Amino acid sequence: MVGTPQHILDQLPYGKSFLFVDELLHVDEQGAKGTFTYSEDLPFYQGHFKNAPVTPAVILTETMAQIGLVCLGLFLLQHTESNQHTSLAMTSNTVDFLKPVYPGEKVWVTSEKVYFRFNKLSCNVKMENASGEVVCKGNISGMLISKADG
Amino acid sequence: MDKTEITQELATIITPYTEEKTALESLDENTDFIADLKINSANLVDIILDIEEKFSIVIDNDSMAQMLTVKDTVRIIQNKLNAG
Repeated sequence: MVGTPQHILDQLPYGKSFLFVDELLHVDEQGAKGTFTYSEDLPFYQGHFKNAPVTPAVILTETMAQIGLVCLGLFLLQHTESNQHTSLAMTSNTVDFLKPVYPGEKVWVTSEKVYFRFNKLSCNVKMENASGEVVCKGNISGMLISKADG
Repeated sequence: MDKTEITQELATIITPYTEEKTALESLDENTDFIADLKINSANLVDIILDIEEKFSIVIDNDSMAQMLTVKDTVRIIQNKLNAG
């Protein structure tokens, strides 16, 4: 069904090696909430860092963008126009990283829409760990892009 | 507010969104946001939102689509100010 979390997950453009959304718990006009668990065998842990694996900040940012920005953007699109051939490109982010995220940890991402105007979506996004501690937070923005082959 | 005042306010709003300082210094009504100031679509949206806040006006999608040069932008701001 259009607009349900499962329908939005099905529309995500990422392949398995770069998908950082497990569950989309909730999405409405104002924001989205979802989870992801960083499996211990994710390939970047081999190098980040040698013998001291910790989740790279760029991956945390990507996770916040996929759940907080892209899932919300797909939801908002379904309520404005029925164009299936668009996606969201991250255009800017400002993120504070407060705590490390280690292999095997599950995180919860919550986003709140700041504005969605002229095809630009801006969100405040935070990521929490299993203890409820905020591990990173910030603002992420993206533009709707029409796919050339659409 | 006359055209010169609006243009000055506009230049102040645009400043943080462009790296083309030479084009910004010689800004006139023919300056094109994309061709001359190299402003991308995402930053153009932020400029429009800053204009709305600064002048207390609301820019609709049709107006936004026309706001590609200083001349057109000043004209639209003036029209909105006069309408309000």
